[in-house]
Amino acid sequence: MSFDASSARGDLILTRITKEYGDFKAVDDLSLTIAKGSFFALLGPSGCGKTTTLRMIAGLEEPTVGSIHLGETDITTTKPYQRPINTVFQNYALFPHLTIFENIAFGLRRRGIKDVDAEVNKVLNLVELPHLAGRKPTQLSGGQQQRIALARAIVNRPALLLLDEPLGALDLKLRRQMQIELKWIQKEVGLTFVHVTHDQEEAMTMADTIAVMNEGQIEQMGSPAELYDNPETAFVANFLGQSNLIKGTISGNDGDSIVADLYGQKVSLPKHRSHAVDNSIYAGIRPEKFRISLLNTPVAGNVLSGGYIEDVSYIGVSTQYQVAMPWGQELIVFEQNDDGVAPFKKGDAVNISWEPIFTFALRGDEDVTAGSEVNPEVLDEE
Amino acid sequence: MGKIRTPYLLLLPGFLFLFTFFILPIVNLAQTSTQTPIAGGDTGQYEQTLRFQNYIDAFIENREQFGRSFLYALIATVLALMISYPLAYAIAFKSGKYKNFLLVLVVAPFFTSFLLRTVAWKQILGEEGFVVPTLRSIGIISESTTLTSTAFAVVMGMTYNFLPFMTLPLYASIDRIDPRTLEASGDLYANAFTTFRKVTLPLSLPGVVAGTLLTFIPAAGDYVNAAILGSPNTKMIGNVIESRYFKIVDYPTAAALSFTLMAAILILVTIYIRKAGTEELV
Repeated sequence: MSFDASSARGDLILTRITKEYGDFKAVDDLSLTIAKGSFFALLGPSGCGKTTTLRMIAGLEEPTVGSIHLGETDITTTKPYQRPINTVFQNYALFPHLTIFENIAFGLRRRGIKDVDAEVNKVLNLVELPHLAGRKPTQLSGGQQQRIALARAIVNRPALLLLDEPLGALDLKLRRQMQIELKWIQKEVGLTFVHVTHDQEEAMTMADTIAVMNEGQIEQMGSPAELYDNPETAFVANFLGQSNLIKGTISGNDGDSIVADLYGQKVSLPKHRSHAVDNSIYAGIRPEKFRISLLNTPVAGNVLSGGYIEDVSYIGVSTQYQVAMPWGQELIVFEQNDDGVAPFKKGDAVNISWEPIFTFALRGDEDVTAGSEVNPEVLDEE
Repeated sequence: MGKIRTPYLLLLPGFLFLFTFFILPIVNLAQTSTQTPIAGGDTGQYEQTLRFQNYIDAFIENREQFGRSFLYALIATVLALMISYPLAYAIAFKSGKYKNFLLVLVVAPFFTSFLLRTVAWKQILGEEGFVVPTLRSIGIISESTTLTSTAFAVVMGMTYNFLPFMTLPLYASIDRIDPRTLEASGDLYANAFTTFRKVTLPLSLPGVVAGTLLTFIPAAGDYVNAAILGSPNTKMIGNVIESRYFKIVDYPTAAALSFTLMAAILILVTIYIRKAGTEELV
C-alpha cells in the first residue's frame, strides 16, 4: 500500500472547482485557500454546495473541473484512504460492530502504527471518555458518540480535519458546550479544521474565517466580525444575523464618507463599507445599531424621522421594536434593556438614529430578500 | 385475570397446529424408529421392540449417502453464497430506482413450482438442450460427457433452487448498513478490500449466517434435485429415506435415518452459530 499523498502538509488550495450532477451545478467555479492551522467554516443554507465541497476535499466525490492541492501535492483524484485528511461525519458513522476503542484504533491499525494503545488512550482522555473504551457505539449518548467520532478522526493527526455538521444532531445546550470544546481541541492539537454548517451562530462562535456559500459559490469570505459588520451582498447581510436594508441613492462625497439620500433624508456612511457600483444603493444597518428616540429629542449621527412604533416584543435582555417608516417600510430595532427607561409604546412617534460608521451599502439592484427566507434551523442538510 | 390469559389464548391456535402437525408426528416417528418386523407378519407390519440398534444399522448402511448429502449441501451453500453476496450487495447499494424490481426478480422463481423448475433444468442440461452441444462445440466437455445424471447437475440444481433463500437475508442485512460507515472506513485509510473485510462483511454477518442456514438445512435433507437431476451414484440421504418409506416399506429404518439427519444438522448448525457468534468466521 502506498500513501503517496499521505505526507502532504500545508495550506489547502481549491482551484476553480466545479461539480455537476447532470444539469445541476452543486459547486460552481469555486476557488478557496484555507490556511494551515486555521479553523475555517463553510456556512450556507441547505443545498448551497458546502457539503459537496467538503466531500470533494475528503475524496468522496471527484470535481468535474478544477484541482485540489494540499501544500504542493495535487490530491484532486487521490483516493480518500490515501489522503492525510479525516472526517467527522454528520451522523458520526461509527462502526456499530466495533468497540469504542477499536473504532478509534481503526485508522491507526490501517496505517500500521505501532503503539495503538497509547495513542487511543491519549485521545480518549482528550475527549474525556476513557471509561467508555469497551462499549459499543449504540450504548453511547449522542454527545458521547460525537466526541468519539472526533477522537477517531484526530487520533490520526491529519493535515486537515473535516467536520460535516458535526453538532447537528445534538440539542441546543449540548451544542453550545461542544462548540467551545471543539474550538479548544483545535487549539490544543493545532490541526486545520474545516467545518461545514448551516448554523451561523455556530460558525461565528468557532471559526477564524468563514466562507458564506450560496448556490455553489462563495458569496463572501472573512472573519466573523468582517462578515457581520461589512457584508458585501444582501445574502450575507440577511443570512448572518438580521439587517435593515433601505433603498437610496448616493448624492455626494464628504471626505472618507459617502452621503446618501434615503427617501429624502440625508445619511452618511464610510466609503470602505460601500459595495455599490453606481449611485443606486441599499443602505444596511444592523437592528442593534439603531437607537430610538421620541420626536423633538435632539440626537446625533444619522437620523431617520417620521416613524412610529408598530410593534413591541419584550425579550428580556433586549426589546425588539418594529418601526413603521413614512415610505412604508418596517425597520427592526433591538434596544438593550440597560437604561432603566420604560420601553416605547405602540403608536409612539419616534426618530431612529445611529452612528454613521455602522452603515454599509449594497448594490441597488440586489434582491433584498436573498438569504432571509431560508430558515437554516429548520431545514435539513441536502 | 383476563389480561393474563390473553397471550395464552393468542398462542393457542399456533400451539394446537404445532402439536398436531409437529409434536405428534415426531413422537410417532420416534416410536417407529425402534420397531422391528413382526415375525411371520406381512411386509410393512412392525412391532415395538425398542431396538436402538436400528440407528446404528441404518447409519452404517447409508453413511456414504450421509456424507454425500452434507458434501453436496455444503458445496451448494458456498456456491449460493458466492453468487448471492455480490447480487445482494448490488441490489442494496447500486441498483437505485430498480431496487424493488430486482427484488421481485429474485423472488420470481417462486411463482412456479419447485418441481417444475427442477424438471426444466433436466431439459436445459439434457442432450437436446443448448448447453451441452454448445459446451461440446467449444471443446469444454468431450463428446461423450453428459451433464444430466451427474453430481454436477445435482449440486447446480440445489444451488439454483436455494438461491433466493440466500439472497433475501443477505440483502436485508446489507441494505441495513449505513453507507456512511463505508465512507468512514475509506476516510480512515482502508482501501476497498480492507473496507469489505473489516466493515461490510462483519456488518452483513447476520445475513450470511441466516442465508447459509436457510440454504444448508433444507439442502442437506433435499431429495428432489438428486431424484430428478442425479443418478443412483448421486443418491442423497433424502432419497434413501424416501425409498425406504414408500418403496421398501421399511418404516423403522426411514424413521431412524430421519432422526439421525436431524441430529447431525442440529450439531453442525450449533457449532456453526457458535463460531459465527464469536466472530471467528471473520
